[in-house]
Amino acid sequence: MKTRKLLGLLLALGLLSAALCGCGGGSTGQTAESKPTDGSTSTEAQAPADTQPTEAHPNEITVGIAQDLDESLDPHKAVAAGTKEVMFNVFEGLVKPTPEGDLIPAVAEKYEVSDDQLVYTFTIRDGIKFHNGEPVTAGDVVNSITRCIEPYEADVLAVEPLSAVEKVTGVDERTVQIRLKEPNTEFLAYLTLAILPAEYDGQDTAPVGTGPFRFVSRAAQDNIVLERFEDYWGEKAYLDKVTYKIIENADSILMSLQSGAVDLFAHLTSTQTAQLGDGFNIEEGTMNLVQAMYLNNAVAPFDDVRVRQALCYAVDRQQILDLAFDGYGSLIGSSMYPAFGKYFDDSLTNHYPHDVEKARALLAEAGYPDGFDMTITVPSNYQPHIDTAQVIVEQLKQAGVRAEIQLVEWATWLSDVYAGRQFQATVVGVDASTMTARALLERFTSTAGNNFINYDNPEYDAFFQEAVSAADDAAQTAAYKQALANLTENAANVYIQDLADLVAVRKGLTGVRFYPIYVLDLSGLRWTD
Amino acid sequence: MRKRNGFLTAGLILTGLLAALILLGFFWTPWDPNAMAAGPKFEGPSLAHWMGTDNFGRDIFSRVLKGAGATASIALATLAIGVVCGCLVGALTGYFGGPVDEILMRLNDALTAFPSILLALVVISILEPGKKINVILALGLVFIPSFARVSRTAFASLRDVNHIKSARLMGAPAARILAVHMLPNTLPVLLPALTIGFNNAVLAEASMSFLGIGVTPPDASLGYMLSEAQGMLFAAPWYAAGTGLVIVLMVFSVGLIGEGLRRRDRGVL
Amino acid sequence: MKGGSWNFTLCSPRLSEGCLLMKYALKRAAAGLATMLIVSFLTYAAFDLISDAATAMLGTSATPERIAALRAELGLDRPLLLRYGGWLLGFFTGDLGVSQSYRQPVWDLIAPKAGLTLCLSLLSFILITAVSIPLGLLTAGRRRFEGARTALNQLGMAVPPFFTGILLSWVFGVGLKWFTPGQFPEAGTDPAGAAVYLLFAAVALSIPRIAMTARMLRGTVREELERDYVRTAISRGNDRSQVLRRHVLKNALPPVVTFLAQTMAELVAGSIVVEQVFVIPGLGRMLVTSIAGRDYPVVQAIVVILAFWVVLAGTAADVTNARIDPRLRLGGAA
Repeated sequence: MKTRKLLGLLLALGLLSAALCGCGGGSTGQTAESKPTDGSTSTEAQAPADTQPTEAHPNEITVGIAQDLDESLDPHKAVAAGTKEVMFNVFEGLVKPTPEGDLIPAVAEKYEVSDDQLVYTFTIRDGIKFHNGEPVTAGDVVNSITRCIEPYEADVLAVEPLSAVEKVTGVDERTVQIRLKEPNTEFLAYLTLAILPAEYDGQDTAPVGTGPFRFVSRAAQDNIVLERFEDYWGEKAYLDKVTYKIIENADSILMSLQSGAVDLFAHLTSTQTAQLGDGFNIEEGTMNLVQAMYLNNAVAPFDDVRVRQALCYAVDRQQILDLAFDGYGSLIGSSMYPAFGKYFDDSLTNHYPHDVEKARALLAEAGYPDGFDMTITVPSNYQPHIDTAQVIVEQLKQAGVRAEIQLVEWATWLSDVYAGRQFQATVVGVDASTMTARALLERFTSTAGNNFINYDNPEYDAFFQEAVSAADDAAQTAAYKQALANLTENAANVYIQDLADLVAVRKGLTGVRFYPIYVLDLSGLRWTD
Repeated sequence: MRKRNGFLTAGLILTGLLAALILLGFFWTPWDPNAMAAGPKFEGPSLAHWMGTDNFGRDIFSRVLKGAGATASIALATLAIGVVCGCLVGALTGYFGGPVDEILMRLNDALTAFPSILLALVVISILEPGKKINVILALGLVFIPSFARVSRTAFASLRDVNHIKSARLMGAPAARILAVHMLPNTLPVLLPALTIGFNNAVLAEASMSFLGIGVTPPDASLGYMLSEAQGMLFAAPWYAAGTGLVIVLMVFSVGLIGEGLRRRDRGVL
Repeated sequence: MKGGSWNFTLCSPRLSEGCLLMKYALKRAAAGLATMLIVSFLTYAAFDLISDAATAMLGTSATPERIAALRAELGLDRPLLLRYGGWLLGFFTGDLGVSQSYRQPVWDLIAPKAGLTLCLSLLSFILITAVSIPLGLLTAGRRRFEGARTALNQLGMAVPPFFTGILLSWVFGVGLKWFTPGQFPEAGTDPAGAAVYLLFAAVALSIPRIAMTARMLRGTVREELERDYVRTAISRGNDRSQVLRRHVLKNALPPVVTFLAQTMAELVAGSIVVEQVFVIPGLGRMLVTSIAGRDYPVVQAIVVILAFWVVLAGTAADVTNARIDPRLRLGGAA
C-alpha cells in the first residue's frame, strides 16, 4: 500500500516538475539568449536600461515586420531584403546612401579619387568605433572588402563588381587605398559594403557594426532588439531602443497596431491602411522593386518574342493596380523604377497599352491561335505578388492563354526558379542591392549567373558593356537607357509596377525617411509630443 | 419492432444535401469563382452574394462550393488509400495471425499513438509540400494504421465463426473466404470507422492547408481559404465565418451518420 | 529485461502489490524507451535521406569540391548509424546541431519555444480533464434531452480548433479586446497577459477533445451502471454515489485514461495549428516554418522532442491505469 502511494506521488511529482522545467526553461532560455550578446556587444557603452514601459512616452518604439530574420545576420551573408532592411541601421560602409540617392562618407571621413579614376584613397574617420568598443582600423576595412571579392568562407556572397579591384592596401592605421583594374564610374556605390571588425567571429548571430543602432538580441519568430549606439560618430539616433516585432499574420498586423503594441509598420496594403483609423499617419513611398511577371526566355513558347509581346498587351496593368492595390503603385515599362530618376524613362511605361485584339493577333502569328497553357510560379510568402498573379490569370484568359498559379515556398522558389531556372513564368519583385543601375541590369546579360530568365540578347550585352565601361556619367546613363529600351522592345518580361510602400506611423512619431533602396532608416525617428 | 433512428436520418439528409451542393459546384456555381469584380470588394452577405465578396470582389459562396469540392475529394481519396491498404493489412494479419501479425500490430500501435497531423507533416516535408497528390499520399499513409487495426479485429473475430470454418474445411481459397465470406460481415464495424475516418481526413487536410503546407491554389481547399480569410477578419468577417461553417457542417453531418450507425448496431436510439 | 531481474532480487518472493506495479512501470518505461529510439531513428534517417546540408549551406557558391570538403567537415561521409549515434548523444547533451537558416544552435533556438508549447498543451490538458470528467459523470445517469445533447456533442467534435481560434480572436480579441490576437505578451514581463492569451488558445484546442472525452466517459460509465453487480449493490440499499465512486469509476476510468494520454499526443499536434492561428512563438510554428524553409536540423529536433513527449504521456497513462486496475498489471504490456 505504502509503495503504491509513494509511486503515485512520485509519478505526479515527476510530471509536474517536467512541466515546470519546461515552462521555467522557457524564460531562462530567453534571458540566456540575450545575455551573451549584451556582454559582447557593449563592453564600454552601457546604455542605462531603466526605461519603463509605464512612462507616457518611453523613448522607444516597436516596429512591426512581416518577415522573420531567419538567416545569418552577417551582412556579407544575408540574402533577404527583409534582413538588409533591418540591418541597415546596424552596419555602414565606407560610404552610405542618403534618401536623395547620393553617397556620403560614413566610416570614411573623406576620400580622393585619382585623375585616372583607378586609385581610391579613403581616410577612416577619427575615433570611430565598432559597437563592441573597438576602434575601426585600416585592417578591418581591408579585411571586410577582401572578404567579399573572392569569398574564402562558406556562405559569404561574392560582390561581383568588386572583381574590378586589383588591390586593397592599408597605407597606415587610418588610410586605405583601393586600386582598380579599370575605371568604373559606379564603383563607389559598392563601397556601401558593411565594414566589420576583423577580429570578431560572432557576426552570424550577434552582429557588430558601426551604425547608429547596435544589435542586442534576436528571438526567432518573435523579435529583434536594437539599441542606440552611444558612441556613434555622427548625429546620434533619437530613440533609445527599437524592438522589431515579427508579425506574419495579416489580421494580427492590424490588431497589433490598433492595440498600441506596434508603433510603426511598413509595407502595408491599401486595404490594411484603410481600416486603421485615426491614430495613425499613413506615409506613402515606393518599395523600389521591379515587379513583373518574369518569363523564362529560353523555353517555348516564351522564346518567341511575339508571344512575350502578346502577354504584355494582354495584361492590363492599370486594372491590376485598381483591383489588387486600390490604385496605389506606379506603373513601369522596364527593369527600372521611378525613384531612380536618372535612369527611369517614362516613355517606356506605356509601350504596350492594354489591347486584347493585338495580343490575340500576335499569338496567332506565333502559331498559337488558340492560346496555350502556362504555369505561373509564385512564392507563397508575399501576398501582393499572389494577388497580382491572380489578376493576371484572369486577364490572360481574355486573350486565350490559360494560366495556372503554382504557389511554392520561398526556399523552393530560390532553388527551382531562381537558381535552377525551372519555370515558365513567375511574379516577383526584384530589388537593387546597391544604388546603381548595374545592380538591376547586370542580371540580364547573357553570361550573368543570376540571369534567371535566360535573357540572351547580344545587343543588350553590348549596351550593358558600353555603360559599365563608360568614361563619364552622361555616356553611361545614355547606354543604360538604351539597355532598358532593349528590354522593353523585346518584351523580356511583363513589367508591371513599383509597389507603393504604405507605412503606418503612430501619430506623434515623425521622421520616416524613404530611400531609393529597400531600407527603413530608424535614426531619424522621434516622438514629438 | 422498428425504431426510427433520428441521428442516422438527420445525418443522411444533411450529408445528402451537402453532397448535392458540392456535386453541383463541380458543374455550376452562381458566379464564376475566379471572376474578379463580380461584385464590389468586401461586400457583406446579400441576396446576390450569399456569403459576400472577398478582396477581389469574387463571390465567396461560389468559391466555398469549389473549395468544399476540393476538400471532399481529397478526403475521399485519402480515405480510399487508408481503407484499401488498411483492410488489406488487417485482413491478412487478422486471418492468418502469426509472428507477422504480432510485429505489424506492434508497429501499428506505435504509429496510432503518434498524432496524425505530426506524422502527416513529417511525411509531407519528406515528399515536398504544396502538391495535391503529396497531401493525399501523406494523409492516406497516416490513415492506414487505424483502419488496419479496426479491420484486423473484425477479421480475427470472424475467423472462428462456423460458416467460415466450414468454408475453410471445404477447401475454399483464402482469398475467396476473405472477400466473399468475411468482408461483408465486417461492414457493421467498418462503416462507423469510415465516417470517423472521413471526418478526420477532412479536418487533417484543412489543418494542413491552413498551415500552408497542404493544398495551395489553384486547387484552393477550405483550409487554405480559411487561412486567407483570417487575413481579412477585419474587412470581411463573413469570409471566415462562411468557410469555417461549411467545414463544421461537413464534419457534423457525417458525424451524425456515424453516431446513427453505432446506435443502430447497439440497438439503442 | 535487466530491470526485471534487478527487481526480483529486491522483492520478497511473495511479490507485493507495489513491487508488481514497479515492475510493470519499469517494463512500460523500457518499452517506451524502445519506441523513442525507433521513432528518433526513423525521423533521423528520413530527414538524413532527403536533406543535403552541405549543398544547402553553400547555396549558390556550391562546387563539387567545396561540397565534398564541407561534407567531410560536417561528418556527413560517415555511415548513417554512426551519425545517428552522434546525433543522439548530442540530443541528450543539448547539442542538436546548427539551424541552417538561423545559423544558431538548434537548442538555443527551440529551448524557449518548447516551454511555451508544453505550457499550452498542459493547460489544455488540465482544461479537458477538469471539464470533461465532471461533464461525463453528470450526464451519464440522465436520459433527458439525450438527442440534443448528442447532437451538441457531435457539433463540438466537428469544430476544428483553427476555426474556433479565429472565432475567439474575433469575439474576445477584436470585439471585447480582452487580448490582442497575434501579439503574444512577453512571458517574462507580463505573465498574467501571457496566461490569458494561452488560455484562449487552450480553449480553442480543447473543445473537440472535451466533447470526445465526455462522451467516452459517459459511454463507459453507462455500461458499468447496467452491470449486475451495480444493480445488485444499489438494490441492496447502498448509497448510489458511493457505488459510483467505489466501483463504477474504477472500471470505467482506464479506457478514459488511455484516451486522455492519446489526447496529450493530439494536443501536441493540435498546438501546431493553434499556435499558427494565435501567432504564439512555440515549437509548432517553428516546425511549420522550418518545414517550409527546409531547415531539417530544426525539423528533426522538434519532431523527436514532440515524439518523446507523446511516448512519455502514453507510458504515464499505462502506469496510471495499472494503479487503478490491478488486473492490467498481470496482463503485462498487452
